This record gives sequence, C-alpha cells and structure tokens, in this order.
Amino acid sequence: MTTVTEPTVHGSRITWATVDTWVVAKRHLLHLVRRPDELLGTLMIPVMAVAMFGFVFGEAFGVAMNVPGDEYREFLLPGLFALTMAFGIGNTTISVAEDVRGGVLDRMRSLPMSPVAVLAGRALADVILAVVELSILLALGTLFGWQAHLGVGAVIAALGLLVLLRMAFSWVGILLGLLVSGPEAAMKYFALVFPLAMVADTIVPTDLMPGWLAVPAEWNPLSSTVIATRELFGNMAAPATSWVGEHALTMAVLWPVAIIAICLPLAMARLRRLGR
Amino acid sequence: MITDEPAIWTQGLRKSYPGRGAALDGIDLAVPAGTVHGLLGPNGAGKTTTVRILATLASFDSGQAWVAGRNVARDRAGVRARIGIAGQYAAVDGILSGRQNLEMFARLHRMRAREARARADELLERFDLVEAAGRPVRGYSGGMRRRLDLAVSLIRSPRVLFLDEPTTGLDPRSRIEVWDAVRELADSGTTVLLTTQYLEEADRLCSRITMVDRGRVVAEGTPAELKSSVGGRDLDEAFLLITEGA
Repeated sequence: MTTVTEPTVHGSRITWATVDTWVVAKRHLLHLVRRPDELLGTLMIPVMAVAMFGFVFGEAFGVAMNVPGDEYREFLLPGLFALTMAFGIGNTTISVAEDVRGGVLDRMRSLPMSPVAVLAGRALADVILAVVELSILLALGTLFGWQAHLGVGAVIAALGLLVLLRMAFSWVGILLGLLVSGPEAAMKYFALVFPLAMVADTIVPTDLMPGWLAVPAEWNPLSSTVIATRELFGNMAAPATSWVGEHALTMAVLWPVAIIAICLPLAMARLRRLGR
Repeated sequence: MITDEPAIWTQGLRKSYPGRGAALDGIDLAVPAGTVHGLLGPNGAGKTTTVRILATLASFDSGQAWVAGRNVARDRAGVRARIGIAGQYAAVDGILSGRQNLEMFARLHRMRAREARARADELLERFDLVEAAGRPVRGYSGGMRRRLDLAVSLIRSPRVLFLDEPTTGLDPRSRIEVWDAVRELADSGTTVLLTTQYLEEADRLCSRITMVDRGRVVAEGTPAELKSSVGGRDLDEAFLLITEGA
C-alpha cells in the first residue's frame, strides 16, 4: 500500500472542464496531423465546391438568376462557406462512432475527468478545423475575385456566425455519432447532409425552388447564416420574401444556440447510458 | 482509509437488459485488498458486465457495490479516482503514439503537462515500450498494445485495477509478459480483479477465484479448494463439473 497516491484535485470544476476539453481537442487535432491524407480530404470538399459550383455550374446558375457568372460567384461564396460547415457533420459523426466502437470513449468515461469534456473536445477540434477551412476558402474566393465590401469588423462578425454554425452542427454530429450503430452506418447516412446543405439559400436562391421546397429551405438554419453573412460581407443577396429571411441576422444566432441547447444535453444523456 | 474491509465488495448485484433477461442474477464478491481475484466463467457468464458496473461504466438494477471504500452507485467520481481499467473495453488510441496516449490520459487524470510527461517516461520504461514510444499504436504487436493498455490503466497508481480478459488473443510469450506485470502489481499492493476464460491463467495468478455462470456465482475459493471440492485433478475438470452441476 505504499505506492498508492491520493488523486489531488485542485482548481474549480470549470477550469478542469476547460483543460480537459483542450486535451481531448488536441487528440483530434493530432489525428489530423498524423493522418495528413485525411486532413487533405477534408479540406478538398470546400475547394472542390468552389471549383464545381463556381465554374462548372456557375455560368448556368447565373443565367437562371439573370446575372453574369462573376456576380453569381459573389452570391455563391457565402453559401459555400456555410455549406462547408454543414459537411463537417459527417466527419464528426464518424469520429464519434469510431470512439464508441474502439473503446476510447469508455476509457475516458472511467477517468475522473469532466464528463462534458469527453464530447466538448470534439466540438472544439471541429471549431478549430472550421477556422482553417474558412481561411482556405477566403483565400480561394479572393483568388477568384470574391470580396467583402464592408470592412474587417463585418468580416469577423460573419466568420463568427459561420463558426457558431459549425459548433452547432458539431453537436448534431456528436449526438448522431452516439446514436448510430457504428462508423459504417454513419458513412451510409452521409448522403443526408446533401439536402441539409443544399435545400437552403446556399447555391440556388430559394425563390428559384418550387414553392413546397422553398419553405423548408427558408427555415433551414443554414439559410439564416448564409443571408446574414451575405449582408455582412456586402455581397449580392436575393431579396428576402419571408419573415425568417428578413430576420436572418437574429436567426443566424438563435438557430445555432437552440441547436446546441437541444443536442448537448441529449448527447450527454446518451453518453451516460452508453452500453448500459 | 486502509482497513480490513475488502477492496471490492458486492452483494446481490443484479442487472437485466430489456428483452434479454438477467445478465447478473445476484453476484456476491468480497476481494481483500492487495490480492489478485479471478472472475472465471464462459462467454456470456456476466464477467464483463460485473467489471463494467464496478468501473462505473454501467448501471445495475439492485444490490450493493463498493470499490476502494466508495459506493459505486452514489460516488462515481470517487470510484473513478481510485481505479484503473484495462482489457477489452477500455482501449487506447490507435492513431496516436504510445507516448501521446500516455500523456493524454495522464492529463485527463488531472496531471500537469510536465508531470504527465515524466509519468509517461516512467511507464514506457517499465513496460519496455521506450523504443516504440513514438510510433502509432496501430502498428504495435498484440502484446505491446496490451502492455500499453496496462500502462495507461496504471497512470494514477490505482488502488483497484480491473483487467478484463487481459490476455485474450495474445501469443504465449506476450501472455507471460502480462502475467509478470500483474504479479508485480499485486506485490506492490494493488488489488486486481481479473476476468478470464483461461483456467490456467486464473490458477497461476489468482489467490482466490469466483466462478460465474449465467449471471450467478457457482463456486468460490482458492484454486486448490476448487480443485479438491470436486476431486478433480485440475481446474478445467473442476470448472466443467461445477458449471454442469449448477
């Protein structure tokens, strides 16, 4: 009984939750560094999206909207920023499902660490990754002639909204990852991201959609963020025709906050009952 | 804190899964501190469920459970600060290196960064993983991986260590390495609860064995007692006789 040490716990609960969250986030970021091919794969989605939607479909969509291709691309870029945030859900879900399967989550649950940090670390890593993705997209957009017209403050506010959206989607992905039967299932459901990302004011303005589709598209949380960021960037936007479109800035904050407020406690409850 | 009270104590532990019936149907355990105790039984006997409950990873329906003087149902944090778990269910990260795993889990055990590094060094040395320390764990052999798993579970020098089938799937040499490590731990005063399907393993390592079958304790005693109780020559025979009679 000589080698047994009493664990010392110092500092407040919140301090420890923060430290633990960072340690877990670092694990996920180290994964990306250790598997650069996966990081490259993740970063390729936004790059490909700019190339495909900007140039392959861009001219045709511009014609449909009665604007030249350049102007369409200015409309498009904020849509692609938000779309990239949505596509992150797939990564998050698969990563969490792998941790459930592999037993790392169980080990963490058996530690005297902050329970919320087990999951919040994933969300923090996602947010950091989102900042990297957005930087690449901004650079790429600038290269193709896109620009923000309203100054640095507005740009930072717009990026803040996008990161907030990513954080909300991260919690959706975490919850889904805890619910699916395994990483294979998570991959199969990946296609569901497409309607979330595209039945929205991202690539095609909602007024060009059939009426029955326009309503869910307008109420899609992505649309609020896209419209709000178009305003903040000073980019061309389709005129708002609905209540939710007119209150885009408010909704771009409310939607993510509401999503986190619902998904975080559900994910925590699910974590507690895991494998019981 | 150190008294004569058992390091692990359960009474009437019951758990059933909806639609699958009783997984545990009244498990009584009393493991004295500083001993290696075997939980022996066939697949599906309830060994893993018992360990998961005691390690706070699963809930139970009724009965009582105490680990290291803490009530498992009421003081999970207290239990978690005093246990280590290794085996099937508590894994290491395959993408990170051995050192990164140890440092991460040490940090999550509330060690400061420098303390965590020092502890990682110590454990890498002790489990003969210095050479492989920088390589991703998924490239490790089965034995190395199990040694790392054991090292991770010992970061905070736990009072009670749960080993869930620690040698399943290992080659004979790796198995002996794990056995040596368990003996060393017991010598230093750690209480070990070990689940296994291998009778030889239980015979060699454990001072006492609890045999479980279909969620119930069917026999309890020292390996010698269990052998003599059925007049068998070895534990294999004893095990077959006891589980058939149950």
